[in-house]
Amino acid sequence: MIRLEKRAQPSRGWTIATPIIAVVATMIAGGLMFAALGKDPVEAIRTIFWDPLFGPFASYARPQLLVKAGPLILIAIGLSFGFKAGIWNIGAEGQYIMGALTGAATALAFYPAEWWIIFPLAILAGAVGGFLWAMIPAVLKVRFGTNEILVSLMLVYVAQSLLAAAALGWLRNPEGMGFPGSRNLAQWAATANPELIAGTGMHWGVVMAFLSVIVAYVILSRHMLGFSIRVTGQSPRAAAFAGVNPGRLVIVCMGVSGALAGMAGLFEVTGPAGQISIDFNVGYGFTAIIVAFLGRLHPVGILLAGLLMALTYIGGEMAQLSLGLPAAAIQLFQGMLLFFLLAVDVLTNYRIRAARREVA
Amino acid sequence: MKDALLSLRGLTKAYPGVVANSDISFDIRAGEVHALLGENGAGKSTLVKTIYGLVRPDHGTMTLAGQPYAPHEPRAARAAGVAMVFQHFSLFDALTVAENITLGMENPPPLKDLSARIRDVSDRYGLPLDPARIVGDLSAGERQRVEIIRCLLQDPRLMIMDEPTSVLTPQEVHILFETLRKLRAQGTSILYISHKLEEIRALCEHATILRLGKVVGTCDPRVTSARQMAEQMVGGTLQTPARAGNVTGEVVLEVKDLSAPSPRAFGMALKSVSFAVRKGEVLGIGGVAGNGQDELLLALSGEMRVADGMVQFKGQPVGRLGPTERRRLGLLTAPEERMGHAAAPDMSLTENALLTGAVREGLTANGFLNWGKARTFAESIIKGFDVRTPGPQNTARSLSGGNLQKFVIGREILQRPDVLVVNQPTWGVDASAAAAIRQALLDLASKGAAVIVVSQDLDELMEISDRFAALNEGRLSALRPAQGLTVDEIGLMLGGAHGMEVAHVAG
Amino acid sequence: MDLSAINPILLVASLMVAATPILLAAIGELVVERAGVLNLGVEGMMITGAIVGFIVATATGSPWIGFLGAAAGGAALSLLFAVLTQFLLSNQVATGLALTLVGLGLSSLLGQNYVGIRAPSVPSIHIPVISDIPVIGPILFQHDPMVYVGLGICLGVWAFLKYSRAGLVLRAVGENHDAAHALGYKVIRVRVLAILFGGACAGLGGAYLSLVRVPQWTEGVTAGAGWIALAIVVFASWRPGRLVIGAYLFGGVTVLQLNLQLVNVPIPVEILSMAPYLVTILTLVLLSAGRGGAMGAPGSLGKHFHASS
Repeated sequence: MIRLEKRAQPSRGWTIATPIIAVVATMIAGGLMFAALGKDPVEAIRTIFWDPLFGPFASYARPQLLVKAGPLILIAIGLSFGFKAGIWNIGAEGQYIMGALTGAATALAFYPAEWWIIFPLAILAGAVGGFLWAMIPAVLKVRFGTNEILVSLMLVYVAQSLLAAAALGWLRNPEGMGFPGSRNLAQWAATANPELIAGTGMHWGVVMAFLSVIVAYVILSRHMLGFSIRVTGQSPRAAAFAGVNPGRLVIVCMGVSGALAGMAGLFEVTGPAGQISIDFNVGYGFTAIIVAFLGRLHPVGILLAGLLMALTYIGGEMAQLSLGLPAAAIQLFQGMLLFFLLAVDVLTNYRIRAARREVA
Repeated sequence: MKDALLSLRGLTKAYPGVVANSDISFDIRAGEVHALLGENGAGKSTLVKTIYGLVRPDHGTMTLAGQPYAPHEPRAARAAGVAMVFQHFSLFDALTVAENITLGMENPPPLKDLSARIRDVSDRYGLPLDPARIVGDLSAGERQRVEIIRCLLQDPRLMIMDEPTSVLTPQEVHILFETLRKLRAQGTSILYISHKLEEIRALCEHATILRLGKVVGTCDPRVTSARQMAEQMVGGTLQTPARAGNVTGEVVLEVKDLSAPSPRAFGMALKSVSFAVRKGEVLGIGGVAGNGQDELLLALSGEMRVADGMVQFKGQPVGRLGPTERRRLGLLTAPEERMGHAAAPDMSLTENALLTGAVREGLTANGFLNWGKARTFAESIIKGFDVRTPGPQNTARSLSGGNLQKFVIGREILQRPDVLVVNQPTWGVDASAAAAIRQALLDLASKGAAVIVVSQDLDELMEISDRFAALNEGRLSALRPAQGLTVDEIGLMLGGAHGMEVAHVAG
Repeated sequence: MDLSAINPILLVASLMVAATPILLAAIGELVVERAGVLNLGVEGMMITGAIVGFIVATATGSPWIGFLGAAAGGAALSLLFAVLTQFLLSNQVATGLALTLVGLGLSSLLGQNYVGIRAPSVPSIHIPVISDIPVIGPILFQHDPMVYVGLGICLGVWAFLKYSRAGLVLRAVGENHDAAHALGYKVIRVRVLAILFGGACAGLGGAYLSLVRVPQWTEGVTAGAGWIALAIVVFASWRPGRLVIGAYLFGGVTVLQLNLQLVNVPIPVEILSMAPYLVTILTLVLLSAGRGGAMGAPGSLGKHFHASS
């Protein structure tokens, strides 16, 4: 009989080791899944994890790494603030969409002007859009005690409807010959968010993501706000005793994650995506939840987890093309990663002991 | 000599790093009240859990009425006639009295019949209780009655009581003892766990004393002095704190007509509480937990905002200020619950020092933390208050209860408060740490601070207070000088009643 | 626009059908939460049930075996949640989310060869005389059997919680797991069983979508129904009776907006399709505003249990 015994201190070694164990376990379980689908497991794993970086098409795939990782990191950094404090914003996908919509709408209001101010303005509008969308669950939670998980999630569906309405209606390109979708923002110099250094995939959103990692690291480790967030998450009553205002913290955490998600949406719509379309969102808001947990809610961890998750996206696409691996298998593979991480997490806080059976 | 009902032989139970019970042997005879004495950490609860089937011993055997007895779960213990009244965590607030009782029974009758039996038993033993009430609405004394009746309904041969009087007023203790004597007269054995020596002398005819997991002595408490027993318990001589003499200066904190609903479910509202404390004074506030103590602390710490004038600090209204602003002014508090309220269990001692020390110790600048300074502050607490820990990088959770309490109290005292409010400062703390904490509070007062001590331990309050008041059902009695108060007078101040008819049992 | 095209009798009748998947998932989650566990993976278990039920039903030709398969599929996925949260003490919120993500991935993987196929149909019952009563007959007595199974499960759960000893133990475990443990009840066993029941019910709810309501397999067929079910448990203050009312209320909103879309009311389709989600939010707000928080929530809800001694 195996028994768990709580550690006096969370183990530092295991904190770092568990994500690695989870990745390895996912590779094994994923390999079994690919084998069950009739694919060569070793080749599939190699295609996903190795080929995008060092394979024959790496020169195409490598820049994609930052393109995909950028929004994931940016959103996950925002989410980590709330998650650390026990504030569960599950609706980043909605905030991401709203940021893209408000940002694009603001910019398009000036079309076809070519002022440099339009792009910064659009970024700001995107952040505000995401922020305001996140304020709905935040204010409702503070004011009425409404569950933020459910509200923020319901708002994703609402945002998706708004996105469809925008792509088909009020943001539709008047010169688009009736096709759904907005004007192309990436091809309009005032809003274009191009690759900054050729061959790297680096665009303004990626710059912002790296910046957010640094700022988040400083805030969480050296600033009173970060301390308040950590105390609230670990023991809310101690936080109240220390003088943390829980309502204000909800507003701050939800606001930060909303603004960053909204910004991510704006960078996406002006860069890699190019336009508002019905299927503009690709689930970054949900995948960022995995990234946040996989990175143990730590800025540096999130940076690495974002890159890893981006790798599985790109590798997954390559595996789809070269091996005919279904897209859903990659989605499941990512879900498995989170599952394994949660499963091995127990080692950080508990010691496993073989013990005689005891009434427990 | 009567026969042994329960014999323990060589019981040993080790946990990683600590031997909780080591070779424990003694007998409990039929129809006796047997005291189990010992400090916190002496191994009492492990032993009791072993008898009740919650813990399995590594070695040793038990015999119940001549039969081998090795319960593998509480159900088996109950079936064998062993019942237990817990100190904590064993009632369900949202369920009714009858539902709570049926959950603790092996073959419960239908709820309707059970309600009738509950009434019957509660009449017989003088423990009035309505089976249809929701447990969360009951007072501490009434909640204990639920547990006792739950045990009695099973006609136990042995009833285990873990610190049963810690939540009772003196009058309620009196009623409980009458009930226990009736039970003894009917041949039921009682294993009575306590560290209150006078109670044991009044009730028990046999005592087993534990220290560090071992039996260190047995005695007949009726003929042994409390001091002798206490010294066996702690294995040394006790120091009583020295009182510096009561200075009465100007009023620093005044509470005026404080009324506020409880922020918690099943909490107690404060009703028109008024008092004033002076510089250099120790004010003791007694009363059974759950009568508004937590709410009073929240109102004083600033975690619960009240109307501005209800709390005044040096003549300035502070009722609407939050904890940080009050701390800046000099009003500091230490709540009862150490883990999770006064301290964050999974955070280091440095971080816990920062928790309340940030403002007064200048541990932040422009919102940025000065970790070096915070660590120095934590080290000075550890050093100044003899906190046993390898260092400030360890988590609060890794400290024993007494050590963490010393850390919490020390953290507030070192910030030189003008007013310090503490709730149950020595609850669950071993005797030597408790003495150190009391002395530290007295020293603080002698330096001119006002100290408010909220406690259930009347002996403690009488020892250190200059003035005394009682909190009962959210109301505070008038303040009286502590010197010369008798137990009966205190009992009356505490309200005694809780709907309990004293005359009923006396008759 | 022609509002008269909406037949009120059919509208009310289809309300019962629209409410059934949410009702099934919600009653399962209610039991889970009354045991003190918050499983946010309802959406994932529902959609897994939807595809497993669909596969089994098309393979066997029997929708009833399909429903059994769906219940088993939902329960199997919930077993993962049970192992992680009850034995490996993982965070319930994060694990529930992971369950949803895995469920969504798993279902679209399993369902890739089933898109566009029709499921074997589920016949509606027809009881002579009763089903033919005008108005009441079509509204109440002409549905498929699963509508009545759902209501039956609610009735059963209500009676179980109120009258049975096992139900009392389950409530006790959810209210205060430390006390229940001290009395010798198997907290983890009770919770694992509750989680499995919740998974099975969510699976049934999902299968109802893919086998009756739609009835075919499309990716993301649940479209947030699992989250609405979670909201309804809160709406119902954890009581089965109110849960039925809540589910029918949301069923009503869904049906009404679909009907309005059909008759070309001059409201954009996108706004109409938001309606169920907006109504959910509004209801949550009104409820929490009225009561000042989650009144009636089980005392140990979402807290993890670790017997330390």
